[in-house]
Parts: sequence; structure tokens; C-alpha cells
Amino acid sequence: MAEKLRFRDPEFAKGIASKIKNLAPKAGKVKICHVCGTHEWTITHYGLRSLLPENVEVIAGPGCPVCIVPAAEIDEAVQLAQKGIVVTCFGDVLRVPGSQMSLLEAKAAGADVRIVYAVSDAVEMAKREPDKQFVFFAVGFETTAPSTAVEALGNPPLNFSFLVSHRLIPPAMELLLGVGDLQIDGFIAPGHVSAIIGMKPYELFPRVYRMPTVVAGFEPIDVLMAVYMIVKQVSEGAARLENEYPRVVKWEGNTKALDLMNRAFMVTSGNWRGIGRLPDSALQLRESLKDLDARAKFDVKVEQGRDILLGCECHLVIIGKIKPNECPMFMKACTPAKPIGACMVSSEGTCRVWAKTASE
Amino acid sequence: MSVEGTKANVDFGQGVVRDVNITLVEAKVGDYVLVHAGYAIQVIEEKEALETISLWNDILETSQK
Repeated sequence: MAEKLRFRDPEFAKGIASKIKNLAPKAGKVKICHVCGTHEWTITHYGLRSLLPENVEVIAGPGCPVCIVPAAEIDEAVQLAQKGIVVTCFGDVLRVPGSQMSLLEAKAAGADVRIVYAVSDAVEMAKREPDKQFVFFAVGFETTAPSTAVEALGNPPLNFSFLVSHRLIPPAMELLLGVGDLQIDGFIAPGHVSAIIGMKPYELFPRVYRMPTVVAGFEPIDVLMAVYMIVKQVSEGAARLENEYPRVVKWEGNTKALDLMNRAFMVTSGNWRGIGRLPDSALQLRESLKDLDARAKFDVKVEQGRDILLGCECHLVIIGKIKPNECPMFMKACTPAKPIGACMVSSEGTCRVWAKTASE
Repeated sequence: MSVEGTKANVDFGQGVVRDVNITLVEAKVGDYVLVHAGYAIQVIEEKEALETISLWNDILETSQK
């Protein structure tokens, strides 16, 4: 559909880049922040930064859901695996460093850790192997949380439980506005998180913070268009919430998904690797689903983990304070093959995105 | 391409076909859906997509260069 509908059309791209260039002098400095690993991928892969004038900059915030899982929660998953429980997770999660080891290292030492593409795959496995205990390590933002909710509310088998580690995007965006020296002038909001949560959660950004905010899709033209829309707002001195992605994002979001999330989860404060504790930024299973909570079921809780190794600067990369190539370890001690920090592990991590594109 | 209860058979293009859970959407055969980790999270309106392109064409044509 993308090719047929010109979402990657170079002529379109040139046209929009030209319009941005024309507006640039009027707009002045425009520092745009996105919060999505996939947006960073599109921007880097299509070389979009090279199309922008000098005064328009796009930085990457904490948009990688795997990168921000605290080491303590990886430790909890490792503990479960070491107890003989089958731990299932998405592929990326496997190599994220815990305080002592990653799930991959636990697997190498004999634990049963399995990658799944979808939560439902894990449930199917549990049904086929009733003599084993299964846990799904539920990582991800609001795009992924609904699928966890579907399974949690779908009467999973008795040998199934969840280690919930979901996080919410709008609180992270609000945090970035509080980081004084970041000086953000506009937000690109993540299109697929927004497919679920709609536009409403972002309306406080223009209203309270005078921050232009545009919800964008993931084709290169989507992102360029969103940059144009923000630069245009800045040049007008305006601060509005706009939708660049109406083919997928509705004002109210996906009400079915939101309803299921609300029935399965409650919002709590959560720890973000490299950031610390953010209030109202995490999901936890409701009391009514306590039997499905792996932490309660297997009495596993790690309070404190070691999030950032010595020399690692992931905590600066994920809030957009430095670019990957400003980390002294980037592509030296820390590479995709031998990652040190979480940003280099996940396919949505800023460092890995930069590393993989540079080598293509 | 086909629907059975909460599962739909979806063509991802280039020969990739997979079952997708459609609990989160109201989708029918022939619809395009946005899939994330095995679950459809939104129906993509081709009409909206075409309108978006047409709007972008307008934006680029009016004014400038």
C-alpha cells in the first residue's frame, strides 16, 4: 500500500524539505523531540536529518520500551527462569542486561527462556505443556499493553501468569519538558501508541506547556510532514495538537483496546532504566487478576537493580541529551554484536538504530 | 483474507501470511489492518490514506518554491 500511495515518494520528500527550508528563517531554532524507536529508525534509515536546514533538529527521547526496563525487572525474569519456570518474551528482551545477567545468559546456563512473536503464542505453548509453569514477560508501551490485556482477560490456563512491565508514553514526554537544558520546541508523538490512546492524552502539551505536538505515522513522508507542521506552528508562534496520521489515529483512539486495558490494569508509578521513578507511568494487573501476577504467584520481587554499567551513557541518550556518537563507547567498546547498554541491544534503541544504519 | 471468531488470516505482502488476533478491532474481510506483535490494533481506512495523499498534494502545490 505504501508504494502505491506514495508515502515514500522522493519527489514528495523534496517538496516538503523545500517548504521546511523556506519557513526555517521565520521559525528560528526548532528542536523537535520524538519518543519512538520506530520514528528514530525511519529518520535514520531514510536520512531525513540530511534534508533539514541547520536550525531544525530532531532528537530522540525515551521511545524504546525495552531500553527503559529497569535491571531489577530483568532480574525478576531471570529469577523466575532459574526457578524452572518457562519465561516467554519478545525477541529484544532476551539480551537486555540485568544486574548479573541477561535472560539469554540465563538460557545459556540452562533456563527455559523462549522468544514469542505474540502473547497468544505463549498461551498456546502453556496449553500444550500443562506440566510446566509459564510466565509472559510483558514489556512495551501502550501499543503492546492491549494484547497483554486481551490474554489476561481471556481466561488463560492455570499454568500461565504475567510479569508485567508495561510503561506509558505521555509521562515520559512530560518529564522531558522538565529537563531544563533540553529546550524542546515541539513533539512528534508516536503514531501507533496514539492509535490506541488517541489524541486526548497529549492535549496538555500545547495547552499547559505551549508545546506544538503532532502525531505522526512511520513512513518517511509522514515524519517529514510532521516536522513541517511543527516548524510551521513555531513560525506562527502557535501551539496546537495536530494529527498527521488520521488514516490510523482517531481522537478517541481505540476504545475497545482502552476498555480492555482499563479492565486488566491499573496505573502505578514505575521505574525507567536511566531515568528513575516516574509517577503514573506504569501498568500493573488489577487486584481481580492477582492470580495471574507472576510476582505474587512466585514471590519474586527485586527492589533495586544495577541499571547503568560504568562508562555507559544510555541514560543520556534516552532523554536526548547526547547523540549515540557522542558516547565514548559507541562503536568501540559497545557494538550491536557486543552491546554494553540497553540502547544498543534493542532494535528500537537509538544507538542500535544508528549503528545498524551506519554500517549499511 | 478470512475471519474465524477472534482470529483473522492476514496477508502481510511478499508471501507472508499469518493468523492475527482481531479482538481489538472491528474488521471484515478485505480490510487493511495495522498489526502489532500478532494483534490488529486498528483498521486502516484506505479512503483516509487517499485523502491524506490528496491533502499533501494540495499543500505542496499551493504556494511557493
